[in-house]
Amino acid sequence: MSSIKIKIKKETKDKIVEICNSFNNSPKELINILHKTQDFLGYLPAEAQEVIAEQVKVPTAKVYGIVSFYSFFTMIPKGKHPISVCMGTACYVRGAEKVLDEFKHLLNIKVGETDSAGKFSLASLRCVGACGLAPVALIGGKVYGRLAPDDIKKILSEYDDCECQR
Amino acid sequence: MSNYKYHILVCGGTGCVASQSPQIKASLEQKIAEHNLTNDVQVVTTGCFGFCEKGPIVKILPDNTFYTQVKPEDANEIINEHIIKGRKVTRLLYIDPKSSERKSDSKHMGFYQKQLRIALRNCGFINPENIDEYIARDGYAALAQVLETNDPQQTIDIIKKSGLRGRGGGGFPTGLKWEIASKNPADQKYMICNADEGDPGAFMDRSILEGDPHTVLEAMAIGGFCIGASKGLIYIRAEYPLAIRRLEIAIKQARELGLLGENILNSGFSFDIELYYGAGAFVCGEETAMIHSMEGNRGEPTFKPPFPAQEGYLKKPSNVNNVETFANIPVIILKGWEWFSSIGTKNSKGTKVFALAGQINNVGLIEVPMGITLREVIYEIGGGIKGGKKFKAVQTGGPSGGCLTEKFLDTPIDYDNLLAAGSMMGSGGMIVMDETSCMVSVAKFYLDFIVEESCGKCSPCRVGNKRLYELLDKITLGKGTIDDLNLLKNLSKVIKDTALCGLGQTSPNPVLSTIDNFWDEYLAHVVDHKCPAGQCKALKSYHIDPDNCIGCGVCARNCPVGAIKGEKKMPHEINQALCIKCGTCYEKCKFNAIFIK
Ligand SMILES: Cc1cc2nc3c(=O)[nH]c(=O)nc-3n(C[C@H](O)[C@H](O)[C@H](O)COP(=O)(O)O)c2cc1C
Repeated sequence: MSSIKIKIKKETKDKIVEICNSFNNSPKELINILHKTQDFLGYLPAEAQEVIAEQVKVPTAKVYGIVSFYSFFTMIPKGKHPISVCMGTACYVRGAEKVLDEFKHLLNIKVGETDSAGKFSLASLRCVGACGLAPVALIGGKVYGRLAPDDIKKILSEYDDCECQR
Repeated sequence: MSNYKYHILVCGGTGCVASQSPQIKASLEQKIAEHNLTNDVQVVTTGCFGFCEKGPIVKILPDNTFYTQVKPEDANEIINEHIIKGRKVTRLLYIDPKSSERKSDSKHMGFYQKQLRIALRNCGFINPENIDEYIARDGYAALAQVLETNDPQQTIDIIKKSGLRGRGGGGFPTGLKWEIASKNPADQKYMICNADEGDPGAFMDRSILEGDPHTVLEAMAIGGFCIGASKGLIYIRAEYPLAIRRLEIAIKQARELGLLGENILNSGFSFDIELYYGAGAFVCGEETAMIHSMEGNRGEPTFKPPFPAQEGYLKKPSNVNNVETFANIPVIILKGWEWFSSIGTKNSKGTKVFALAGQINNVGLIEVPMGITLREVIYEIGGGIKGGKKFKAVQTGGPSGGCLTEKFLDTPIDYDNLLAAGSMMGSGGMIVMDETSCMVSVAKFYLDFIVEESCGKCSPCRVGNKRLYELLDKITLGKGTIDDLNLLKNLSKVIKDTALCGLGQTSPNPVLSTIDNFWDEYLAHVVDHKCPAGQCKALKSYHIDPDNCIGCGVCARNCPVGAIKGEKKMPHEINQALCIKCGTCYEKCKFNAIFIK
């Protein structure tokens, strides 16, 4: 088990070990450990999963099985400004698909991808619960409601010169 | 709520927070400070008022003035006019669409008149982050009463006689469920709250947790006492950060007052609650899958029996109930089962919360007595279809439910009637669709969801639903045949009969119900290769009527792909090979010169 080659930084590894310790390295707590690790790293690279598997003493395949099962967990780093377009039913019947298409078109990426500059990533999610504002998209923590495809260009341009923010 | 002359309630539900309600609260507080009114006026963040369409909502007590679509800039006027001079800010009052009159009290609004709030009784009235406000509205009195009576069976009987059925979808009688769990002896049992709310168009559980978290904690403690569980677990979606925070605060406050923890109210009964986080998997709403997820595994369902009441979390007897089910419990105890069972229909008692959304004027969260008709919900509470369009269908039950048409508008809503009509109550999503919605595409939308959310454990669900999706996709592309329609029906039946869990057993419902109710629309797709609603891109094309086109060039300028050409002041033309059918030209043309074929 200890033959794995870890490419992540030592501090990162230490932090993950610390997270596992805080949950007593219990396999029952795997989902909580993964939540905390993703909070910290922003995503769950294979190396992080290996560290967790070793700590909790389960096969890496089991950790990967959980990561790949739950849509909340991701193995791809998100962009600096993660975009999520709500594809809940309420948003769908009010035209969310067209809004999503426009994001894809303007950013030239697919759902689940991050653009080459690492600035935006695109995801779809199910119901943020702001159905009164449908269709809705989130960029970072900010909610944009009552969207039409025409609005997207302007919204993206809000992030033109904020390289240094966040 | 004592010495203040005015209380200003600001909605803190997710929808209103998204449209700046925290900033409104800050501005109000700033103005109050500027006018030295901090001892007279208190600003409180409450849970969802329900009328999300008109959010953010600000309500002023004691005069019950209900301001809609408030902006942070309006704070000045609200304080100067309403609070200081006692004059209502008319421009922020709701306009009744029928009479065009301004209404200042929510009691007189169509949206609220037909509602009856039991589960949502405190949402929009109390500060969910302050346990004292919950206690002031009889909070924890039901728990005290139950512990004082000290007879679990007596409480179980009350719940049984009330006729309360599970609000999470299945509609199983809650009292009976508790009785079964109470009779299974074990050294440890668990009371579990299902707050996974996976239906992609439903947000009632979240609103209850955000607006009135203590009611769920109190009910879980009551349930724990009845079945003999000392531990409560809440499985909540990680996508609900505000609800999680409010629950954490509520649990802490309840522990501090000794309403959770060891020896509650000196009764000898101990009960504490822990949170478990979901990670985005619809199937985890199914109770066996949820339990596996709480144990740190992939959330795959297992065959029942054993039911959770026999072998649940960590193989111990467990009782799973939905958030809204719990929210009804304390009121039933305090007001009596006779009161509760007097509301509703023969086999469906009480109320149901629905998330009313889609092509409707008043999107929001509503709570109505069982037995109300769809017509009342859509036209009186919902204010009718948006933009004066024609009603086509209403979808209930989410991905496990079906579409109901005009002929069901006067059917009383309850568990049995919805099932008989080919849909189901589900958790309470209610999506209204107008004539522009293509029902084949709606079915495809749900199947797309199911394909993504199927856990993959059993092949009817994993493979069968994928095939259903492919058939629907083929039909929306205009490549379907009559045989495909028969195949859809047969395959749907096989999946329903053979899938392992409730997800697969109900996943073909959106297909079957749209086929039943909109057969002509399916036929139009496969025989005429037309989409009557005009939604399926592959089946429509845009054309310019040379008689109406004056050659203004607006369409050409707005076309994102340069597919429209033409001389100035001469009729233009669309190059069909380039056209991506986005519909921009159609929307921009002021001369009705563009038509869809
Ligand atoms: C696919 C699937 C998804 C479900 N999702 C939920 C859900 O999100 N919330 C919920 O309370 N119940 C959900 N249920 C129902 C639960 O399995 C369970 O019946 C319910 O939580 C019991 O509580 P109740 O009796 O209070 O309704 C789901 C069931 C299935 C088959």
